[in-house]
Amino acid sequence: MRLRSLMTKGWAISLVCMVLLSGCLSEKEPATTTSGSNTQAATEASGETIKVGILHSLSGTMAISEVSVKDAELLAIEEINAAGGVLGKQIEPILEDGASDWPTFAEKAGKLLQQNKVAAVFGGWTSASRKAMLPVFEQNNGLLFYPVQYEGLESSPNIFYTGATTNQQIVPSVTWLLENRGKKMFLLGSDYVFPRTANKIIKAQLEAEGGQLVGEEYTPLGHTDYSTVITKIKEAKPDIVYNTLNGDSNVAFFKQLKDAGITSKDLTTLSVSVAEEEIRGIGADILEGHLAAWNYYQTTDTPENKTFVEKYKAKYGSNRVTADPIEAGYTAVYLWKAAVEKAGSTDVDKVKEAAKGIEFAAPEGKVTVDGDNQHIYKTVRIGEVGADGQFKELWNSGEPVKPDPYLKSYPWAAGLGE
Amino acid sequence: MIMNWMKLIPGSRTRRIVWAVLILLLCMAPLFMTPFRLGLFTKFIALAILAVGLDLIWGYGGILSLGHGVFFGLGAYAIAMYLKLEASGSSIPDFMSWSGINALPFFWEPFRYFPVAFLLGILIPAALALILGYFTFRNRIVGVYFTILTQALVMIVVTLFVGKQEWTGGTNGLTGYRDIFGFAFQDSGTKIALYFITLAALIIAYLLCRYIVNSRAGQVLEASRDGENRVRFLGYDPSRFKTFAFTVSGALAGLSGMLFVLQVGIISPSMMGIVPSIEMVLWVALGGRGTLIGAIIGAVVLNAAKTGISEAYPEGWLLVLGGLFVAVVVLMPSGLTGLWNRIVRIFYRQGGSEHAVIRKEG
Repeated sequence: MRLRSLMTKGWAISLVCMVLLSGCLSEKEPATTTSGSNTQAATEASGETIKVGILHSLSGTMAISEVSVKDAELLAIEEINAAGGVLGKQIEPILEDGASDWPTFAEKAGKLLQQNKVAAVFGGWTSASRKAMLPVFEQNNGLLFYPVQYEGLESSPNIFYTGATTNQQIVPSVTWLLENRGKKMFLLGSDYVFPRTANKIIKAQLEAEGGQLVGEEYTPLGHTDYSTVITKIKEAKPDIVYNTLNGDSNVAFFKQLKDAGITSKDLTTLSVSVAEEEIRGIGADILEGHLAAWNYYQTTDTPENKTFVEKYKAKYGSNRVTADPIEAGYTAVYLWKAAVEKAGSTDVDKVKEAAKGIEFAAPEGKVTVDGDNQHIYKTVRIGEVGADGQFKELWNSGEPVKPDPYLKSYPWAAGLGE
Repeated sequence: MIMNWMKLIPGSRTRRIVWAVLILLLCMAPLFMTPFRLGLFTKFIALAILAVGLDLIWGYGGILSLGHGVFFGLGAYAIAMYLKLEASGSSIPDFMSWSGINALPFFWEPFRYFPVAFLLGILIPAALALILGYFTFRNRIVGVYFTILTQALVMIVVTLFVGKQEWTGGTNGLTGYRDIFGFAFQDSGTKIALYFITLAALIIAYLLCRYIVNSRAGQVLEASRDGENRVRFLGYDPSRFKTFAFTVSGALAGLSGMLFVLQVGIISPSMMGIVPSIEMVLWVALGGRGTLIGAIIGAVVLNAAKTGISEAYPEGWLLVLGGLFVAVVVLMPSGLTGLWNRIVRIFYRQGGSEHAVIRKEG
């Protein structure tokens, strides 16, 4: 009997300790009110430094892509701090791991905004992670810089999109393909939101611009057996395979395509998720001659890019490569800095207002923040993979293209995204 | 007055006092936690509801389910569908128009009404558990074969939810809702209310499972865990008791999923996948299988550790967490409750009888 009651007491004591402990943990952090007041707190609580959040997947399946973006963002912060910081204050990055898990992204975004009172967050990669974080940023009036090309049809007042939307990558690349490589197109993608939405847009565009859809296939994320898909491609005899596969699937698809005796001379493929980083994984010999559409390549010829690539390699190793999302993450930090300096404050509403029309000489060339939708003007580039694993630019749009996430300026896109 | 009220709590007098103090402390949690921490704590409590249900079948019924993510997810989707429809107003949810459908699918219609969505969030997982349990236990599919079946269930449901993007939102899942009945999730008032609702749900779930394991049905359940054939010889049909427990467990998982969505604001197929399903079993294993309170402690401690460690070491937290797992498995084979019992035994070697230690707490 004594023993039993002692055991019960013990349980209770440990539970109580737990509750108290979590209470103490939370006490340490600045106790403040909740909704809406984050903007004000961010300016006041900063003191010596200005805190910003960096929220990428540092573990899990997406880590391989996102860690490089985190590195680039930290590089930009380091550079800015070395040059005197922002508004005379040093930037203090707070790192969090989204763990390739969408609710974790939402949780950590909430932590950065509510507990750390960060002035801005740089983060996300997959559309799913962005969609999970979006309500958190809108409810707390936070600021998110999202660095990856995506499927468009979105424009949150609390997000700056520094990657391409569809009219800065997919739409112009389809037009270029139809003019230069043939009319018959086969759509291949991983089964999730980005490829499905992208292909929906491409199908509408093909109809309007005289292309012909000869096949459409989706495989689960992480799928590695493409023999049936390749057979279907052989039967459909397309001029072009438009590839929206993501991650490891690209390795399997291109290897098996080569094994099946199909090279880039027999068939044009254009990928939107294969950049320098992925080429390292797949092998330049396999990808040689295949195409990709991006806004930036490591070979992009600007003086800013030369410095950027040098600094990135100096800090992280000469075997590292830069790529489009890496550059977009780096650019995002500088755009935020420019907006803060123009606003003279880190207050979210003031920064948003100041950001309209801000220009920056990025490694990819001049970028401008669009005042209407918080995307940025970007130059479109189509590149061909060379034997060294670097891209050779075949075509570019000549000037930065105005972002149009809802494709309002394309009559054929009417009804796609309301 | 207070003593009368305390009679509601079962057990000895000391036990009652301990529980009353504990519940009182939990009720005061909003006073000493920031709204953000309170939200996290509420999430842990919501997950503990699932852990209690899982412990009911695993700890007491000996049925290892690696498919509880599905029941959890079904409950979560039910309430998320309601919230999504509320947030979309008169138009159809945004992902449907991206995916090319222009009218709301018929099975979405009932989720316009909260009571219906709430009931379905419990009944659908319960019904699925009932069907699965009925056909497997009746055919005497037990042990590892049943576990494999639950894994298959996970694969099927996740593939379905990912593939039917126009109905379910695909891999993105359902997100983008910010209020319930007009109360913004972000307001501290809403957070405190949700905390108490979740806490009440956990207490009810705990008492329900406690009632079940202490009842005759619970004894048969436990007996069929230890010797199914003997139970059958005694004239009981173990499959009926197992099916019943499995159904209750599924329903609790659904309830847990609903409360989880209210905290997290998103549900996607990845949360009903194989990894989360295994993680759920880990909560129970770490807390102490076969003690309902152990399941609660396991769920809360493990999730709190996950959050705390990943905040402290964003780049190496998985290693730390993994190390802790190994340590727990090696040093505490029967979980935190087992460790506690061992400590008690060491200190009370002369006083207490071995029997009292081994007997499992409710």
